[in-house]
Amino acid sequence: MKTSSKIITVFLLMLCLTTSLFAQQTDVEMADTMRSNGKIYIVVAVCLTILAGLFFYVWRIDRKLSEIEKQEQ
Amino acid sequence: MTKSWWKITSFVLLIYTVTGGFLLDVPRLPILNETIRNLYFHVAMWFAMTILFSISFFYSIRYLRRFDLRDDIFARHFASAGCLFGILGYITGFIWVSVTWVADQGQSLSGVIREPKLIFAAIGLLIYGAYFVLRGSFTDIDKRAKTSAVYSIFAYVMLFVTMFIIPRIVEGSLHPGGKGGQGGNPALNFKDIDSRLRMVFYPAVLGWTLLGVWIATLRIRTQLITDKPLLHTTHKN
Repeated sequence: MKTSSKIITVFLLMLCLTTSLFAQQTDVEMADTMRSNGKIYIVVAVCLTILAGLFFYVWRIDRKLSEIEKQEQ
Repeated sequence: MTKSWWKITSFVLLIYTVTGGFLLDVPRLPILNETIRNLYFHVAMWFAMTILFSISFFYSIRYLRRFDLRDDIFARHFASAGCLFGILGYITGFIWVSVTWVADQGQSLSGVIREPKLIFAAIGLLIYGAYFVLRGSFTDIDKRAKTSAVYSIFAYVMLFVTMFIIPRIVEGSLHPGGKGGQGGNPALNFKDIDSRLRMVFYPAVLGWTLLGVWIATLRIRTQLITDKPLLHTTHKN
């Protein structure tokens, strides 16, 4: 067995372990429904869009500033 | 674009923060429930604020050593970026309080307002607020730079006293690390914070801090252009 496939096997085993742990602690109320029907991805998509928009805006300001800096020199 | 690798790092880390922060597994805790995810946003704001104030503190000391007005501009804008993150941390804290401590824990609003961290974080931020008032009250730029650099050192020290020391030694703090809990800094203590949270929390802190640095540098570069005539006439000691 190659080292990489060993790592993958161990990783998968660990993943199984965490899912079983996850199943044990369902007494605390969490947003499991949102996760099971996949609506959480909509929230993530909205937040990522806002983040990308903000970064694009800051990046534009940065580029504009660099142009002005070049002119000043 | 100058030195853009850390700007891209900030973007990537914050994309990871939002994606991992919402989708990865978190500890199932009563009262907190899903709001534990606020750790990546609310707590990260305060961490970013502290780091930005530390950078401002560094430039204030450097100004007093070399009397270069550029250092004063750096100190001023890192302090204002720090304040931005501090105010955001405060507002997000208010939102978090209203669902967990007030609604779910059944605490009265007056009880929550007596929370030491809330009071002292406000004091700490107001001390930094006075830094900008002080700056605004000078007309002589060298005098302004010198006095505000000295004040900035005082404000930075007071920040540690008000935010990290007093709330942890007085009774009644609901924040982690308060008296009665394990003490210390829970976010930095490896035994205290869940490893699943740490996987997103530290990248989140770094991502938000780099964004803060980016915003600060934009303002610094703007002022370096507008103050160019002043910067050329002043001599370096």
